[in-house]
Amino acid sequence: MAEKLSLQQWLQAAEEENNTFGAYCLAFQAKDMEMTEQAILERMLEIMQVMEESALAGLKGVKSMGGLVGQNASLMASYQERKEKSLVGPIVSNAIRTALAVGEANAAMGRIVAAPTAGASGTLPAVLLALEEPLALKKIDLARGLVVAGVIGMVIASRASLSGAAGGCQAECGSAAAMAAAAAVDLAGGTPRQVGQAVAMTIKNMLGLVCDPVAGLVEVPCVKRNAGAAAQALVAAEMAMAGVESVIPVDEVIDAMSSVGCAMSGTLRETAQGGLAVTPTGAAWQEKLFGKK
Amino acid sequence: MNLFDVIGPIMIGPSSSHTAGAVRLGNLGKAILGEKVQTAVVGLHGSFAQTYRGHGTDRALAAGLLGWATDDARIPDSLTIAADSGLEISFTTVNLGELAHPNSVQFTLTGESGKVCRVKGASIGGGQVVVSEIDGFPVELSGQFPTILTMHKDRPGAIALVTSILSTQGVNIAQMRVFRREKGGLAAMIVETDQPIGDAELEVIQKLPHIESVRRIQLG
Repeated sequence: MAEKLSLQQWLQAAEEENNTFGAYCLAFQAKDMEMTEQAILERMLEIMQVMEESALAGLKGVKSMGGLVGQNASLMASYQERKEKSLVGPIVSNAIRTALAVGEANAAMGRIVAAPTAGASGTLPAVLLALEEPLALKKIDLARGLVVAGVIGMVIASRASLSGAAGGCQAECGSAAAMAAAAAVDLAGGTPRQVGQAVAMTIKNMLGLVCDPVAGLVEVPCVKRNAGAAAQALVAAEMAMAGVESVIPVDEVIDAMSSVGCAMSGTLRETAQGGLAVTPTGAAWQEKLFGKK
Repeated sequence: MNLFDVIGPIMIGPSSSHTAGAVRLGNLGKAILGEKVQTAVVGLHGSFAQTYRGHGTDRALAAGLLGWATDDARIPDSLTIAADSGLEISFTTVNLGELAHPNSVQFTLTGESGKVCRVKGASIGGGQVVVSEIDGFPVELSGQFPTILTMHKDRPGAIALVTSILSTQGVNIAQMRVFRREKGGLAAMIVETDQPIGDAELEVIQKLPHIESVRRIQLG
């Protein structure tokens, strides 16, 4: 990766133009990609459609390839239908349901959008779809949210990594959460500065997250981690909207994520040789599915 | 990297490296062979070898060799469909050495004309791939740009003739690499371009002196 992008610079540019971060991102991405703004949004609308379909597919209750996960999204849905007491309120509860649904659809070889990766594909749709009704968002707004999310992902990719094998799960679910938090703040009417604060605070809260897939599969802990990541995104977005700020500036937080990723042992970077993967139960699953190591 | 590399690809799960990347590697293998694949011997290395069943990597590779996209809903059934359509595909585990990327694959592909081609490549994250070897030539090919691959005799002017045809057609070269085994022997050239390369240009290049074969490679 040649150039380190600076989110700080882009946030400032948006503020100087007196623009929302979403509008700024769309304009400069259109120029950079030699596409019209409308063409970008149309593509994002298609992507949003696939995200929604993957959430619906997961809710039907699917079985994963390795057989470790499945049907937890439908458990959440029936819990909600029974109107049992929600501990976190409807937005977070819906986000959890969607994150599990997309994660399970993914683990069952369903059609999903890698955003930024397949393993972390539940987080972004979870946050966007959970905010659709409460913020009275139209589909085109969600498409604009995807543009903001994509820009955040590009900055993270240039300064750190989006790959669990390179940077641990902080690079996958952590990045997905930061992308979702940025989109949430922008869609809620937050300033570019608040978008940056949300990204910084999300990554701070996800820093050091290891990638320890049981039997090497994108099932455990990946699916449930998407739900956690979606909640982290909403927590950071809420703080940012309230005016809470990160002490460490956003680009520096992303750089810290890069150095934490490098410092992380190889056993904790998608090799299935550490963390949950080597617990007695994790090892038993590995042996059951693929034989002794 | 652009927006749609981060928000995308649209794909069949579960893993961008093990599934979407595997489809693309299969696509590249087929494009490099340049014809319908009849038999495929697929060697899996590292994490591909360890977890290919759980990730559906075998099905994704088969789908790729059939020329399907990363989001083709038939991917879970690709092994059956491949068998029904006469594509014989077998999987083995191989050790490509310490230096090979953990998600590496080695194809030995036989086409319907009997042509054989060996392709080595790796899935390097987020669905991005790189082909590192074609018929023993070390190469570096991502499939992200429209690409032509030539096998040609290592003679003065062999390369210039190809690039001049591209330039007269208004095709801009983004990157280019030339490989040869020995001076004056067989060489390979990979030209990545900004504009797509048309059938007419391809046909002209094929007829140039010193050109043994030319193939067009482009992922969707």
